[in-house]
Formats: sequence, C-alpha cells, structure tokens
Amino acid sequence: MSLDDALDVLAAALLLSGAMLALAASVGVLRFVDVLSRMHAATKPQVLGILLCLAGAAVRLRDSVDLWMLVLAGAFQLVTAPVSAHLIGRVGYRTRHVRRDRLHVDELAGPDVDD
Amino acid sequence: MSTPRRRLPAGLHVVPLLWLTTVWVLLWGTWSLGNVLNGLLLSAVVLLLLPLPDVGFGGRVSPRGLLAFVGHFVADLILSSVQVAWQAVRPGEQDISSVVAVRLRSESELLMTMTAEALTLVPGSIVIELDARSRTLYAHVLSAPDDASVEAFRRQVLDLEARVVRAVGRPEDRALLLRPSGAA
Repeated sequence: MSLDDALDVLAAALLLSGAMLALAASVGVLRFVDVLSRMHAATKPQVLGILLCLAGAAVRLRDSVDLWMLVLAGAFQLVTAPVSAHLIGRVGYRTRHVRRDRLHVDELAGPDVDD
Repeated sequence: MSTPRRRLPAGLHVVPLLWLTTVWVLLWGTWSLGNVLNGLLLSAVVLLLLPLPDVGFGGRVSPRGLLAFVGHFVADLILSSVQVAWQAVRPGEQDISSVVAVRLRSESELLMTMTAEALTLVPGSIVIELDARSRTLYAHVLSAPDDASVEAFRRQVLDLEARVVRAVGRPEDRALLLRPSGAA
C-alpha cells in the first residue's frame, strides 16, 4: 500500500467518524428533553464531528491552497459554538423552557422559587 | 522559549491587526506580499471603523501553561463528545440534570469569559449565565443526578479555571487562585 492509499484510508476514517458524531448530535437534538439538554448535543459532538470532517478533507486535499480555509473554519467553529450555545441556553432558561422535574438541583433559581 | 510581555498601544491594537491579517491571508490561501499588504490595510480600516472595547489583557502567555490547557481541552472535547453522543443514541431515558452555580476566583472578565467558553465544550456542561460582579458562573450539567456529581462538577470547573489562569493570566490572577472558593 502506497503512502497515498494510506492517507486516503485515514481521510475516509476521519470523515466517517466525523459524520457519525454529527449524526449522534442530531439524534440528541431530537431526543433530549429540553432546550438546555439539546444544546449539549448541538455543541460537543457536533463541534468535534465538524473538526474531524475538516481534518479528513484536509488529509484528502493534501497540498491545496484551500487547506487554510479548512483551518479557519475549524477555528471559528471552536470560537462561535460555545457563544451561540450560551445565548440559546440563557434564553431557554429565562423563558422557562426547562423540564424542572428532570433537574436534581437548580442553583440559579434560588430557594424561594414558586415552581 | 522566552515569554515577551506585550503591552498594547492605544488605538490600533497589534494582536487583532495581525489576527485579521492572518485570517485574510488564510482565506486567499497564499502568503504573497500583495495579500499581506492588502490584509494589513483592510484590517487597519476595519479596526479603525469598528473599534472594539479594550478587554485589558496585559497578561503573559505561558507556553507550558498554554500547552497543558490545550492538551486537556482536546482530551476533554473528545471525551465529552463521545459521552453526549452515547447519551443521545442509547435506549432509555436521559439522565437527571442540574443547574450548578460555581464561584470563580479570577476577577478578570477575559479570564472568566475564556473559562466559560472552554467549559461549554468540555464534559457535561453548558454555561447559561455568568455574573461578572459576583464572579459566579451558572452551568447546566447534563448528567448530575446527585450531590456528589454536583460537587465533582464544581471541582472540575475550578481546575479548568486554574489551567486558563496558568496559561494566560497575570501574576496577580495566579495569586487569586489560592483563595478559597467553590459553592456560590
């Protein structure tokens, strides 16, 4: 097996595992019980899934000028995903889209919350 | 490797200028002189027309601290992705969650922001509220069905904060790590 073949196999493995994580993330968005839980699925496996796909594409493209664009896409993903998750989570909490029966403690609510 | 102390001048900041120029060149894909000059010019225009507030970095990047932070971050990201992915696809009900308050030790808004950003991507938590005045961070923990796991999460956040401060904090930020903290 030549080096090129080995790299192609590596690229395929990265792309496939990235796609699997993205699939699991979307299943999580569907299945989790409230907005806050769904944001977990929409951040962690989703971000790593995209990073793996980008890495796979980078290995496949090797020495193309577009490689740097993949690096940028990954960097911005890491910077922006937590911010959007934070904002959506905050809005979700404030508009009471929280399943309180599925919470063990809620230290943001304070002791004298009515529900 | 030495760690030069960077003091940013008023007006045009060096770090954002270089960062924007780098982004521009990366988008074009080649490090030609024309790309770099155009990038510098455009970045200067952007920074002058859309000035950002000074976040007051003034810190010192420690290579060893940064390496430790990045290493932990990558390992945590992989671990948490697999955990959340498994929770999403496994049969049965989702674990009981918690909203946990953690009182941070650093007073710098930049360090608190970095801690919150990193925390969202690592095991089990997303930050939903950050009160800078009381240095309190509120996070939703996906799998925290009892008091022990809530305490474990608090310790985890404080460890993460310590790594952020050791990577980019000022000496006075490092000193703050010694003060007692934890529950809000």
